[in-house]
Amino acid sequence: MLSQYLFILLFTAMALVVPVMAIMMGHLLGPRHPDPVKNAVYESGMETIGDTWVQFRAQYYLIALIFVVFDVEAVFLFPIALAYKDVNALGAGAAIFFILLLLVGLLYDWRKGALEWQ
Amino acid sequence: MNLSFLYENIHVLLPEAILFLGALAVVGADLLRPKDGDGRGLGALALLTVVAGLVGTAYIWGRPPATYLGGASLDGFALGVRVVVLTAAFFAVLLSMGYAPRITWQTGEYYALLLLATAGMSLLGATTELALLFVALETFSLALYVLTGIYRRNPRSAEASLKYFLLGGFASGFFVYGAALLYGAGGTTDLALLGQRLAAGEANTSLLWAGMALLLVGFGFKLSLVPFHMWTPDVYQGAPTPITAFMSVGTKTAALAGFIRVLGTALPAQQATWGWALAVLAVLTMTVGNLAALRQMSLKRMLAYSSIAHAGYILVALVPGTAQGTAAALFYLFAYGLMNIGAFAVVVALERTAENDVDQGGFRGMATLYPALAAAMAVFMFSLAGIPPLAGFFGKFLVFKAAVEGGWTWLAVLGVLNSAISAYYYLRITVAIYFDQAQAVPARNAWAGLNLGIALAALGTVLVGIYPSLWIALFQGLGG
Repeated sequence: MLSQYLFILLFTAMALVVPVMAIMMGHLLGPRHPDPVKNAVYESGMETIGDTWVQFRAQYYLIALIFVVFDVEAVFLFPIALAYKDVNALGAGAAIFFILLLLVGLLYDWRKGALEWQ
Repeated sequence: MNLSFLYENIHVLLPEAILFLGALAVVGADLLRPKDGDGRGLGALALLTVVAGLVGTAYIWGRPPATYLGGASLDGFALGVRVVVLTAAFFAVLLSMGYAPRITWQTGEYYALLLLATAGMSLLGATTELALLFVALETFSLALYVLTGIYRRNPRSAEASLKYFLLGGFASGFFVYGAALLYGAGGTTDLALLGQRLAAGEANTSLLWAGMALLLVGFGFKLSLVPFHMWTPDVYQGAPTPITAFMSVGTKTAALAGFIRVLGTALPAQQATWGWALAVLAVLTMTVGNLAALRQMSLKRMLAYSSIAHAGYILVALVPGTAQGTAAALFYLFAYGLMNIGAFAVVVALERTAENDVDQGGFRGMATLYPALAAAMAVFMFSLAGIPPLAGFFGKFLVFKAAVEGGWTWLAVLGVLNSAISAYYYLRITVAIYFDQAQAVPARNAWAGLNLGIALAALGTVLVGIYPSLWIALFQGLGG
């Protein structure tokens, strides 16, 4: 019983030591040649202009909401894809019906102008 | 893997499938309609779907009991709930046909949500399993939150929607927590199995009672029983009137159906305990609802408090926990559906769209201008007051009879006393319509569906009252 807790203790110790060690070693052993490009916030992008705490358009929320629906759709399709050998035509039919349902929703959003950026 | 169990007994959910596909068809038709169309065809499509749902219910009527995936069952009770819910939806669509285009340009959304709410309500009557019960409850609740606020130009409608959503979400939390505790108590979400384990003494009773208390809060909110009724007047007043009419009947029917399933299937042996809790709630609900209704100036608020009082009468039928009581509750809901939707239909006919309500001045002396409308309103008011020979009288009669035969005579006496109080405010309206001097009565809104709806509701209220035996026999066959 107690030995099982010992494992947890060991695990915690390892979880603390390994990443700290890795960071420290990189710091000690790595070569260091700083220059302005390397010190920039985005090495291969534009410097931000103005404050980064900008306000988003409320409309962005609508796009994000539609995106979430299709994100969840993908999650639901993975198990059907994995179990395809077992569920065969019926499962595929159910998946297609599911996609069509969401497609009707997307078409509705599109037709009602939810995807237009004003 | 053999997946044939997925479509075995799928006819159990035929009416819900029809309603769901109908909602999809409405959305599809809305996509195809020209931008400048008024969406009148969408109302017809929604009406067709509801009628098809009724036909589907008739099609599976009288078939041997069956269950689909162990979660939904085909029995008399499920059919009875569908009859009440679909009748309410039928009237709601009729009332909406000229109304929806006035308050929103998204008529497709309006009808699709109405049909989805109906599907959720009728599913709730068929479920015998806690998880599906919650899914059905949320299906119609979410649709109703949106429908309450669909009159976007009216700030009161938005306020009502937000209040309903916040409080409703909170109540759903109570419900889920209660369902989780019931699962913890019996190790199953299946209500019948939970009942068996309880009878065998295998369930944890303290968890069970804590879970039941939380479920009671959840159902109490949906039914607007008295300590949980605060939202009702504001939401009923703010929602578009056809939606108010629909939810006053549909939500009550569905929530009561779920309540009866949980109490009757899982906890029939514990009636001695929950019977008292329900009796206390019933007395509070009847009394507070009626006393508050006495003071209302707005017709919609008055009808909201009256609907609270009626929820109390219906709850009286559940207290004894008998099949007779269940049948009485179903009959009452059917009668209540006809007369209450009729009363709201008269509100639709008289209200100015911008006000979304009718106050005392709005119907005073109406009889001289619109005699037919006044006569229909008188029928609805007499029936709501429980005056024979109208539908409401037989509803009350059966409910109180079930209480007396179950040994709860004092409860029936309190119910009758409450009916006497309610007669005052119902009859006051009738008196104002017939005997007061006409003030500036607003122009009467009229479209074919509205007139047909009022006529059918009045006719139904009278016919169910004159030939009650037919309907009583129908619902008694479904109670067990």
